[in-house]
Amino acid sequence: MTARIGVVTFPGSLDDRDAQRAVRLAGGEPVALWHRDADLQGVDAVILPGGFSYGDYLRAGAIARFAPAMTSVVEQAGRGLPVLGICNGFQVLCESGLLPGALTRNAHLHFVNRDQRLRIESADSAWTSGYTAGQEVVVPVKNGEGCYVAATAVLDELEGEGRVIARYLGSNPNGSARDIAGIRNAAGNVVGIMPHPEHAVENLIGTAGSDGLGFFTSVLRSLVTT
Amino acid sequence: MSAQPVDTVSHAASSPEVAQPYDELGLKGDEYTAIREVLGRRPTQTELAMYSIMWSEHCSYKSSKVHLRQFGDLPKGDRMLVGMGENAGVVDVGEGLAVTFKVESHNHPSYVEPYQGAATGIGGIVRDILTMGARPVLVMDPLRFGDADHPDTKRVLPGIVAGIGGYGNCLGLPNIGGEVVFDPSYQGNPLVNALCLGVMPVDRIQLSAARGVGNVVVLLGAKTGRDGIGGVSVLASATFDEDGPARRPSVQVGDPFAEKLLIEACLEMYDAKLVEGIQDLGGAGLTCALTETSAAGRSGMRAHLERVPLREASMEPHEILASESQERMLAIVTPENLPAVLALAEKWGVLATAIGEVTEGDRLVVTWHDEVVVDVPPGSLADDGPVYERPMTRPADLDALQSAAMPAHPSTGELRDLLLRMVASPNLCSRRWVVEQYDRIVLGDTVLAWPEDAGVVRLSEQTGLGIALATDGNGRFARLDPYAGAQLALAEAYRNVAATGAIPIAVTNCLNFGSPEDPEVMWQFAEATRGLADGCRALATPVTGGNVSFYNQTADTAINPTPVIGVLGLLDDVARRTPMGFQEQGESVLLLGETREELGGSEWAWAEHRHLGGRPPAVDLERERVLGEVLVSGSRDGMLSSAHDLSDGGLAQVLVESALSRGVGARIVLPEALGPFVQLFSESAGRALVTVPRSEELRFTEMCSVRGLPCARIGVTDGSSLEVQDVLSVPLEELRTAHEATLPALFGPLAGDTAPAHPVVTAPATGLQLG
Repeated sequence: MTARIGVVTFPGSLDDRDAQRAVRLAGGEPVALWHRDADLQGVDAVILPGGFSYGDYLRAGAIARFAPAMTSVVEQAGRGLPVLGICNGFQVLCESGLLPGALTRNAHLHFVNRDQRLRIESADSAWTSGYTAGQEVVVPVKNGEGCYVAATAVLDELEGEGRVIARYLGSNPNGSARDIAGIRNAAGNVVGIMPHPEHAVENLIGTAGSDGLGFFTSVLRSLVTT
Repeated sequence: MSAQPVDTVSHAASSPEVAQPYDELGLKGDEYTAIREVLGRRPTQTELAMYSIMWSEHCSYKSSKVHLRQFGDLPKGDRMLVGMGENAGVVDVGEGLAVTFKVESHNHPSYVEPYQGAATGIGGIVRDILTMGARPVLVMDPLRFGDADHPDTKRVLPGIVAGIGGYGNCLGLPNIGGEVVFDPSYQGNPLVNALCLGVMPVDRIQLSAARGVGNVVVLLGAKTGRDGIGGVSVLASATFDEDGPARRPSVQVGDPFAEKLLIEACLEMYDAKLVEGIQDLGGAGLTCALTETSAAGRSGMRAHLERVPLREASMEPHEILASESQERMLAIVTPENLPAVLALAEKWGVLATAIGEVTEGDRLVVTWHDEVVVDVPPGSLADDGPVYERPMTRPADLDALQSAAMPAHPSTGELRDLLLRMVASPNLCSRRWVVEQYDRIVLGDTVLAWPEDAGVVRLSEQTGLGIALATDGNGRFARLDPYAGAQLALAEAYRNVAATGAIPIAVTNCLNFGSPEDPEVMWQFAEATRGLADGCRALATPVTGGNVSFYNQTADTAINPTPVIGVLGLLDDVARRTPMGFQEQGESVLLLGETREELGGSEWAWAEHRHLGGRPPAVDLERERVLGEVLVSGSRDGMLSSAHDLSDGGLAQVLVESALSRGVGARIVLPEALGPFVQLFSESAGRALVTVPRSEELRFTEMCSVRGLPCARIGVTDGSSLEVQDVLSVPLEELRTAHEATLPALFGPLAGDTAPAHPVVTAPATGLQLG
């Protein structure tokens, strides 16, 4: 049976359809979820897509965390539901307390969209298990507030526990601490990533190739095997 | 503010002697007299404001109308579903889909307040596309600035780029192309043109006509504030200045989040067939939307202005009608559908208010707390504005310009250094600093984007159906010969689209000129429109719509006439698209078309000598058509590995861009004729550079010769440098460094390169006041 993966649409979500397409291309069944709806329709995993939820008013991701859908996501993530937050979704995960740290304005203060080299640092998560640790991939970044920050102790803990799942190679596009592009929670089911793997799933589209598809195939495989 | 009673229709009828400030509102004496004749009395204060807006050049096209008629006379072809006159033209692209696209200017606001001016330019054109029933799927931005190193360019450019990115990125629309051009003629008057394209099922096309007596007029979106009230504030101050607060006009302030919600809400309403007619609120705000919907429907309409949700409670009727607050739409819905419309608006968090109804008869009646402040025939505002045949004179300096001697050519030994200077010059250098601030990939259908010749976007995942789009314009060519300049812009955009493998099918335009009251500018405009119309006829690409922007000048000096032409092309299968860059080592490099010594108005003459003179390159539209056919056929038959149009900077620029694209070098042997300098830097039109695998070379060259298209094998892709035999050899890394360093040196480092050491542009706080 095909795994069903929910994609939450908040007002201002932009990459929701792209995330749904990535799920489909990976072989899963995308399920559209609405922010006002606490019912996650029994999906096997959830993606919080990129965009500017609630116009990034107040602070990116700060309002989305209060959406009824998020209450359910937080609760079910605690019981092991795989959750991937991409870009704005990563910001929502940090605001929700599912992941530590915060994402702040890019160091150079401009929005930046480019193909970015990354190193997958850990294959030990629901969303990166299909990669090998140390593997280099190219995935686009596009963000204005992608600078990952956290207290030194938190950063040390993330590093020590192998919870940094991806790091920028070459130039760091937003000034993130320790070149961190993505992290996971202690259990490994919740992942936040600033670059956009859903924009690197077809060789025809964009210029980055299809290295990002692994995030979606990883979770599908982990759902089948668990 | 004094509590002066509002000027009602009955008061106006009984007080014909009241002096009205029509002159300060930009109306001429005879125009004011015409208004009195239409109404049979003096206009009320509110009506006068409405006429002054709707009869302005911006809304009425009163100077351009007689010239634009040529576009309406062009053969429509069999794809045009909606032509000029609606908010944007609609083209049938097959598979049950239609595409609508349009380019518009937002020049003056962007000079005054770069970030918000450019941002709301995107917002406005996106609403035009949404109004037609389409989902907006991409934007493009042709931009023109003063000299790159001028201090004011450092103020204007970063703000405009940030504003375009800030609004477009937040709407989730990929920015797939455009132009960045520097020229001192735009110093006090940058050009910010914005293009949007949308897609819809053919049966979802929406029109603006308000029909059906009893249908409800619903205002959707943002509250109405005092933004963008330009000329109307003159009226306010003329009446109330003595004891009232100063009411300076403020620039419209955009809220892309509100627009994103408006888009989703409207699209759901269209899909549920809840809307009888719809119109966006842009320039001229409610005035324009009320008059155009009722005029188009040949209906009467009543609007209750006190129902309009306001940001400032003290606003008066004429201000509410003139406000250009962003992110608003006007929908006509049946009473039965009203609850469903309100529910969908609530779902998306969009404000929706019933402000009026369609009525019997043919009068637009606007009331303010039950007092009638407007009672007009809407057609007199929307359709029957003044039309002028402005006087025209060929510019006095044109003969001298055209006969100016060209600078001396450099020697062959100087060409290596010249190449490095040219690829680093502001008009030819890499646009990476700009385009990295735009989201080019959101929606996941971007096949080609900057720096490719044209943007290509997939419309159907199932079949691969897609479109290509390019915009081009060359103010220097148009200055030297506006007729040829317009055709060269058309030809370049046509070529760019064909280079991707797409069949060019339709045209939009944004005509940026100086003051129409200057006979020399008017002559330029007339020549350019005539050139464009003739060109479109020759290439069988109908004009689907466009925009005229006059008064682009500083004091008495007009900008170079700048017709910006957008060409839409169609690809059956985007997987067949041809990229611009060299793909593989060892492929044959072929130059298509004919090179002549054509350096008048060229980038070389300008960048090296600040020289603008001579004649622009000759136009041969039949050659352009054949070249386009060859490029499309070559793509369809899988013969081409790459194709790149030749234009600004000539062959030299194309060789560099093609090589840098994927880091594939080339060894080139130039044809003997004309000498290496002219071969490399001439800007003859009707040319393209292609690469083909050796196995396809014979088949391709035979196709060219059958069609009479000159085709010369000039080299082979090879190595990691650009080598022109007996002329120059430059490693690609050296070229890349030169090509990419210019804009960061002027405007600050690229993301991640070094710490910011440049003025930083951020979104200003909302509600910015001018003055």
